[in-house]
This record gives sequence, structure tokens and C-alpha cells, in this order.
Amino acid sequence: MNFLHFMVQNRQQVLELTWEHLWLVGVSTVLAVLVGIPLGIMISRWPQWNKPVLAVANIIQVIPSLALFGFLLPVPWLGARVDRLAILALTLCALLPIIRNTYTGIRGVDPAVVEAGRGMGLTDRQLLFRVELPLALSVILSGVRVAVVISVGLATIAAAIGAGGLGEFIYRGLAMVNNDLILAGAVPAAILALSADMSLGWLERRLRPR
Amino acid sequence: MESTAANATTNDDDIAIEFRDVSYSLPSGQRLLSDLNLQVHRGQTLVLLGRSGSGKTTTLKLVNRLLLPSGGEVRVKGDTGDVIRLRRSIGYVIQEVGLFPHYTVERNIALVPEIEDWPKERIQTRVQELLRIVGLEPHLGSRYPRELSGGQRQRVGVARALAADPPILLMDEPFGALDPLTRDELQREFLALQQRLRKTVVFVTHDLREALRLGSSIALMEAGKLVTVLPPQDFLRSSDPWAAAYVKAFGVGPDSADRGAS
Repeated sequence: MNFLHFMVQNRQQVLELTWEHLWLVGVSTVLAVLVGIPLGIMISRWPQWNKPVLAVANIIQVIPSLALFGFLLPVPWLGARVDRLAILALTLCALLPIIRNTYTGIRGVDPAVVEAGRGMGLTDRQLLFRVELPLALSVILSGVRVAVVISVGLATIAAAIGAGGLGEFIYRGLAMVNNDLILAGAVPAAILALSADMSLGWLERRLRPR
Repeated sequence: MESTAANATTNDDDIAIEFRDVSYSLPSGQRLLSDLNLQVHRGQTLVLLGRSGSGKTTTLKLVNRLLLPSGGEVRVKGDTGDVIRLRRSIGYVIQEVGLFPHYTVERNIALVPEIEDWPKERIQTRVQELLRIVGLEPHLGSRYPRELSGGQRQRVGVARALAADPPILLMDEPFGALDPLTRDELQREFLALQQRLRKTVVFVTHDLREALRLGSSIALMEAGKLVTVLPPQDFLRSSDPWAAAYVKAFGVGPDSADRGAS
């Protein structure tokens, strides 16, 4: 339990890096939601876009994340500040579960309900905002939850390009062959992931249409 | 002379829905309806009777333009060409009911008045009135659909369709999934309701007894074609082979026509 001792001694830095980590994950998740949900809605409306959009998101997902950070490094505006770059990479990686769940959630709404709504004279927009999105919300949220948990893990890699976060400890620990340092980064990251998972899971159950 | 001309216009006025040489095919080319000519008069309950796949539901969906005809024309009285307006002036009840599970009974019923921007008090009065009309206790208004029985749900479905007082009502096997007792009850209430409200109703069913009981005329369909349109009293005596086959399958004799027509 030496790492606990280390963490208490360096609590200032632990907090700082945790905060950085949270910031990277938070901003990238918000961006991924802002892009992913509209894309998911789009492919549920125009199924011909379904394959290409999901394929691209899939490809991004399977690029090894470390390589993704590397690829983005030479991009002019992005490469100028590593946190921008880290956020973009994390956003891209979080897209797939959000797009996919938005699509599945909307497609999963009972067709009878959609037909009744359409037959009653709801416009496309009213149907979307009053019926489809509220009923798909818990599925969408479970996509966000998966994305957040992935991001918390991935964000440790951001340290490799100097963007900070709890990965700093891990990389330093790896370089110095110091397990306590590695744990000082890994344990808080795991706790972050678990608590994000639990709180979003709770929210998801609250919002599930009963 | 003048009076005949006046009569002719009233007759024309009397038609709420008209199908002219309507056909409908799927994008794959499969033909679901052909050469459909049919008129529905105002205040009439026209029952579309036929087996599964005969084109009843397709015909119904052509009225509120959930489907568009591949050929011919469907005319609805009062239609200005705005499909949203048209649908809001047509009540729509389906077998699966399709209540919004995330809304209470009250909000389900209030939806069309709400998007039509009725004032709050008027909506509230209307919802209470409708709950009474369809025989639901006022306290059920705050429940969610999942907390209701099948019969209660279908009543809410009818109340929701009636909410903005549309002149036309489309009902697609609304009582098909109910147990016989509840169905009987709802059919009876439908008749009483129709006596009072005099809506133009197009009612889809495959149940001859239901058709005889509720319809002011019965349109028999088979394989995407209209076979015949008859008042219920005549249906049982019809020499049409399809009608006769139906009568035989259901084992109803001409004596039950009185019950059907009453």
C-alpha cells in the first residue's frame, strides 16, 4: 500500500491530474454527444447513411488509440496544443457507441406508437422530440455511459503526447519501473470510470420508459 | 329544376371520403389494391370487411395519407392539401392502440389539442369530458398506459382520437385484441357514441358479427379488390359468393340481421 502513502504525500498533484483527466473526458464526451446524437438521428431518418456513418465511426474506433494521437499530431491548428488534440481524439473514439445507440434507440421505439403519432398529425419534428427521443433516451444514455467509461481509460494515453491527466503517473511509473507511481495513476482512473459508470447507470434506469 | 340542382349539391356535400379508381402498389411492384371505387357518406359507419391481406388497412391508411395511392385519387372533404392539417382532422384508432407509454392518460388524450395550441383550461375540460364519454373514471387520467387493462387502453385510444373533435374517425380493428366480453361492451358503447356524435367512421374488421353490428354499410374486400358494398340487412341474403362464404364461415343466419341492423 505504498502508493497510498505516495498519493497522500503528492495529493496536490494527484488532484490536479485527476481534474485534468476529468476535463479531458468531460469536454470530449460533451462534444461526442453533440455530434453523435444528431448523426444517430440522421441515420435513423435516412437509412442509406447508416452504413457509411457507422463504418467510419467503426474505423476510428479500431485505430489503436495511441496511433490516433500520433496521426493527429502533425495537423496544424490541432498539433499546436496537445490538449486540443487529445480532446479531438477522445471525441472521435467516443462517437461510435453514441451514434449506434441513438440509432438503435430510435429504431427500437414501438412502431405502433410511431404510427399512431404520425396518424394523429404530428410533424416529423414533433414526432422526434415528443415521442422518439424521450422513448429512446435510456438507450442513448447507455451509449453515452459506454463512451465515458472508454474515454476514462483512453485518456490515460493522452499523457503520452503530454496532454496531462492521470496517465502522467502511469507513464512516469513505467519509465522509472515504479509500481506505486503506476498505481497512483491507475487506481484513481479506475475509480473515476466506476463512479461514472454507476451514476450514469442510475440515471439510465431512472429514465427508462416503464 | 332548381330543387333538383340543390339536391344534387347536397348529395355531393354528403360525401366525406371518396376513392376514385384507386390502386396501391408496394415499391417492389406488388399490387395491394386495384380499381377501388368507394364513397363514404357523412355520418355513416362504413365497415371494411375482409380477411388478412385483403387490403382493408391499406385502404384506411390512404385516407389519412399514411400511404399515397399509386393510381387514382382519394378525396377527403375539407382537405386543403396540407397533410398535417388533414391528419389532425381525422381521428385514428389502431388495434395496438399505440398510446405513448411515457405520457399519462391525460397527456395522451390532450396531445392533439396541445399541439393545436388550445388554451390550458379548454384542454383540461375537454380531457375530463372525453374520459366521461368513453366511460373512464376521472382518476384514471393520471395513470400511465401500462397501468391500464386492455379495454381501458382502447378506450383511451378512442378518447385520444376524438380529442380535437374530428369529423372523420378511422378505426383499424380497434377491438380485435380484446376478450369477448370487453369487446361486446366496447361495441355497445361505440354504437351509443356514434348515435350521439354522428362521425363519419371507416371501421376495419375481419369479424362479420362486428361488421353486422356496427356498420351502416359493409364493404367486402378480397385480394385487394372491393367485392361489394351492402347494408348489413342485405349482406346475409346476398348472392355474392364471397359474402355467402363469409356468412357460412361465421354461421350467422338471416335472422341475426335484425340484431346486426339494430
